[in-house]
Amino acid sequence: MASRFAPLVLAGLLITTATALAGAPASPELIIANQRFSPQELPLPPAIKVRLVIRNQDALPAEFESYDLSREIVVPGHSQVTVYLGPLPPGRYRFFNDFYQAAEGWVVVSALPAVPEGN
Amino acid sequence: MLATAVIVFREVLEAALIVAVVLGASRGIAGRGRWVAGGIALGVLGACGVAAFADLIAESFSGTGQALFDAVILLAAVAMLAWHNIWMSSRGRRLAVDVAAVGHEVRNGTKPLVALLVITLVAVMREGSELVLFLWALAAGGAQHLGMAGGILAGLAAGALVGVLLYRGLLFIPIRYFFSVTGGLILLLTAGLAAQAAGFLNQAGWLPALGNGLWDTSSILSQASVPGQLLHILVGYIARPSGIQLLFYVGTLLTVFTLMRVVGRQAARIRPTAAKLDAHTDTQLTGS
Repeated sequence: MASRFAPLVLAGLLITTATALAGAPASPELIIANQRFSPQELPLPPAIKVRLVIRNQDALPAEFESYDLSREIVVPGHSQVTVYLGPLPPGRYRFFNDFYQAAEGWVVVSALPAVPEGN
Repeated sequence: MLATAVIVFREVLEAALIVAVVLGASRGIAGRGRWVAGGIALGVLGACGVAAFADLIAESFSGTGQALFDAVILLAAVAMLAWHNIWMSSRGRRLAVDVAAVGHEVRNGTKPLVALLVITLVAVMREGSELVLFLWALAAGGAQHLGMAGGILAGLAAGALVGVLLYRGLLFIPIRYFFSVTGGLILLLTAGLAAQAAGFLNQAGWLPALGNGLWDTSSILSQASVPGQLLHILVGYIARPSGIQLLFYVGTLLTVFTLMRVVGRQAARIRPTAAKLDAHTDTQLTGS
């Protein structure tokens, strides 16, 4: 019996941990400076909703847009906006500045740590 | 210049297509041209206003103000389009044969002229404000003024041209099917805008995603491509929809469609002559 439920318990623990982490204040930030995104690859945890803050340090307005994430938001100069993302399946999601399309970046969602099977 | 033209074109296109479909669908309603023109003028003013206060809007509601604002005006457009379509389903048949009577009804204030104004206003304001911000960014970034002006004009002209072509194309539809086709187009447009609104509410954290990327057809038809974008505007095509977007799309589609049927059937019962008059419609509407 116990061994049969072990994976379930483990999964439950993982979800609890993930949820606890999600509740933590640390919301990832994306900076726009000199018409570039930084970081260009933004790692995000899988399977939870994330509050992403996008900060535009330039004087020029930018538009954060992503077909992959289905997100679109103008970020006026010297201001910051909030975008909720996910829960996302693992993968790479491209985003770009619609007002300056040479600027692009990726949201990288890593795979969930594998749950060992059958013990 | 080309890059400017392309972006201007994309922003203008969305407004132009919506206006074209709405103009087609309201064919035969007296005074619609003036109300649509008014909507465009107010939309341009609104766009400048939204652009001017972009930072205030963006930073309100803890940085989700813009998504909420977009969602609200999209839902307003959805409500107006639904009203327009339901109203047309009760009058559409008669419009074809009795333009004068409908003009009279509209003058007496029974009609969706306000809806036409709001729909055009929203379409122009939403895309226009992004355009104004983009052009400002471009100008402030030190773009050459001549090239920029050329790009703006080319983009505007191309976007407007596609709108005109769509409208002229719609007019080729035989009058017998005309209002069924435009009604169907408006229905899909409405559902698509509702799905967009759901996306913005999810982006602002007000609605759950109910599954991100239920499916992914971007390898078949990318939303960044021209056909993908046309379909996105006209029928709400989304390459990677979320559950909440699908729910809003289907929910809006079914609700408005059901109301159209119910209202249409009631109208047919009240005016049994409408069906008989239908036979003559082909010859009667050539002038409008």
